Amino acid sequence: MSHRFADVAAVQQDLSKVEYLCDSGLAGVVYLADRLDKPVLVEGPAGTGKTQLAKSVAEMTGSRLIRLQCYEGLDEAKALYEWNYKKQLLRIQTERDADVGWDEVSDDIFSDEFLLTRPLLEAIRAVDPIVLLIDEVDRVEVETEALLLEILSEYQVSIPELGTMEALQVPLVFLTSNNTRELSEALKRRCLYLHIDYPTMEREKEIVLAKVPDIAENLADQVARVVRSIRRLELKKPPSVSETLDWARTLVLLGVQHIDADVAAETVNILLKYQSDIAKANKELATVEGIEP
Amino acid sequence: MTAYETDLPTLPVEAGDPLLDLLNGFIAELRAVGIPASLTENLDAMEAVKHVPITDRETFKYALAATLVKNQAHWKAFETVFEVYFSLRGAQYEIAADDLEEADEADGEIRAEGDRGSGGDMLSPEELAEMLYRALMRGDSEMLRAAAREAVRRYAGMEPGRPVGGTYYLYRTLRNLDLEGVLERLMDAEQHTDGDVDDFDLRLRRDEFELRIAELKRQIEAEIRRRLVADRGVEAMAKTLRKPLPSDIDFMHASREEMASLRKAIYPLTRKLAARLVRKRRHGRAGPLDFRSTVRHSLSYGGVPVEPKFRHPRPHKPDIMVVADVSGSVAAFARFTLHLVYAISSQFSKVRSFVFIDGLDEVTSFFEGTDDIAEAVHRVNTEADVVWVDGHSDYGHALGVFWDNYADDVGPRTTVLILGDARNNYHAPESWIIKALQQKARHVFWLNPEPRSYWDTGDSIVGEYAPHCDGVFEVRNLRQLEAFVDRLA
Ligand SMILES: Nc1ncnc2c1ncn2[C@@H]1O[C@H](COP(=O)(O)OP(=O)(O)OP(=O)(O)O)[C@@H](O)[C@H]1O
Ligand SMILES: [Mg+2]
Repeated sequence: MSHRFADVAAVQQDLSKVEYLCDSGLAGVVYLADRLDKPVLVEGPAGTGKTQLAKSVAEMTGSRLIRLQCYEGLDEAKALYEWNYKKQLLRIQTERDADVGWDEVSDDIFSDEFLLTRPLLEAIRAVDPIVLLIDEVDRVEVETEALLLEILSEYQVSIPELGTMEALQVPLVFLTSNNTRELSEALKRRCLYLHIDYPTMEREKEIVLAKVPDIAENLADQVARVVRSIRRLELKKPPSVSETLDWARTLVLLGVQHIDADVAAETVNILLKYQSDIAKANKELATVEGIEP
Repeated sequence: MTAYETDLPTLPVEAGDPLLDLLNGFIAELRAVGIPASLTENLDAMEAVKHVPITDRETFKYALAATLVKNQAHWKAFETVFEVYFSLRGAQYEIAADDLEEADEADGEIRAEGDRGSGGDMLSPEELAEMLYRALMRGDSEMLRAAAREAVRRYAGMEPGRPVGGTYYLYRTLRNLDLEGVLERLMDAEQHTDGDVDDFDLRLRRDEFELRIAELKRQIEAEIRRRLVADRGVEAMAKTLRKPLPSDIDFMHASREEMASLRKAIYPLTRKLAARLVRKRRHGRAGPLDFRSTVRHSLSYGGVPVEPKFRHPRPHKPDIMVVADVSGSVAAFARFTLHLVYAISSQFSKVRSFVFIDGLDEVTSFFEGTDDIAEAVHRVNTEADVVWVDGHSDYGHALGVFWDNYADDVGPRTTVLILGDARNNYHAPESWIIKALQQKARHVFWLNPEPRSYWDTGDSIVGEYAPHCDGVFEVRNLRQLEAFVDRLA
């Protein structure tokens, strides 16, 4: 099978073309995912671009994104496939009136027409290039996790009434986790692991410049610096990249050209969600003396 | 050191491939540190490095991490091992040009001071100080690196074969650089360049300089490590640098740096624990069948009760009273335990907390009306009134105060958690109080941060209390603490 990427640098560059800005470490893991045909398990704090990575990889490779959003109680019927009972019932009823034999009916109602394809099956049957995103996998129960593992190991599904379906391609797969629970060792072994942390100041500035229209470079620079300083404090919930972007957009809307202590104090509630964090940040940023490095 | 060391898998390596030999050693060391890299993962790592050139060090490092390290808490340990193993690979591993320069040094021994250097002669102390200042001012990382190397060469006083640890050399180097003075100088310059810098700006610039200085320190450490590795060899160096993973750090003997990593580790741990407990409460304990709801839902299936509905379970939640020794070496343990208990306080109908040394004080109010547990714990340390006579633990007296003032509040739904090493300084144990509490309470548990083998040695009298408790547990690290709290809720 031919490979999707020429080298690591190309991944990094092409990602930046679709406005996903990352370092070569991250690009390298994406590159390896393709070379080794392995899914990538992405962890990291909230709002650091885990979900966006899968979307951006899809965009950059011109692939369709198939997304399985995980939640508590997600089961096979919602993740893989289920039979459309209501439609089957209707068919049975009409066929009964038409006096058709049971064998025929059963062949008929267990056919594609009555199959409700869910994201995982859709990914396996896809003929066009796809990226599969299994988002927030830590929210499913252990049984569902086992199902995911089975599919990610075999890339095939057997449906008793239809037989085994094998994937025509090994898609790029991203699983994201907010680490609310330890995933099974087996799933972790199957995956490449990528931890996305908060970006460096320079990177975050680039992200702000790319994503916030009409922002002046020196404002973007200041935004990134302030956010970096705030993240150095011991907080309950440090600002995420999405919060940085929200803040930058707000500052642009307010016509702010230069952030000073007052502007920061008035708008810091966009960056921080907890009262105690806001109080801490305001107090800290009002003094020149920094915290211990 | 750990269980992993004994079952090292042997890898199907083409003999004599130096990179694979090196990787084998590297992976063995990861396992020795406690990172559970399996055989499959080792094979993945071997495969991965075929695709990523070692010359691109960042990418190479991430490729190894992606295949071998699947828990963020292990990252730091991984990084240390990585730096030891890949800090001075010579020509045979095709490493970047500036590393080759260092590698030829490694082949021989570390040469005497002044023997070589960028351009021959060593810089004078003043020149070095100036170079450092300018590198920090500009944030020029190449220059910082050069300054770090120069500083180590000049001040660390490293000699081959000397059995001294890296921290000693680090200390010697830093002492000569006076980085605090440099920071002040940098800040002075900032204040005087622009007319209109406000305090807020200055604060941001100070943070910037502090981070650059931190980077400089990292560079100095790296340089010292490279030289030590060159002198002592990779395996020996890796061994001296082995440190416990955060979840294994002993509360009672944590260094300042380890304390910081414990404090960092506690947040993700509490989040994970809280999420898990909520899930457990919602799922694990299904209530009785809810007949009406089942019938109601069956209407959409033509009256067939396809989906049985269960009444929402309402298991009653225990209330908790934490009674913690906060003297000297057990204080850190008490802090982390209080932190964890309050982080999951929604799992209990009520949490009350008491701290003692020889006197005892209720600190519940410190935790009320705040979402900042760390701050509340900090107040417990500074504001609670826990000293009665001399500030040496007196369990008997402290328990007496508890009994006199709060025993009436202990009821059949109360779980009493006692935290401490039961080192009673030879005071009277008053163990009858524990016995009486156990009769009133639902459970009495005792958590002891000392290794089990130390119990009942010296002035430890945990054995006097143990028979009256529903359980006494050794809780020396976050791993054990998490396991206990998980069971509790
Ligand atoms: N490296 C990056 N380059 C460009 N944009 C980024 C980057 N990182 C984050 N973002 C932006 O930040 C926002 C949040 O990203 P995303 O939703 O992917 O976060 P997440 O890590 O999935 O968070 P959560 O854990 O809350 O699901 C997105 O709008 C994304 O565009
Ligand atoms: Mg997401």
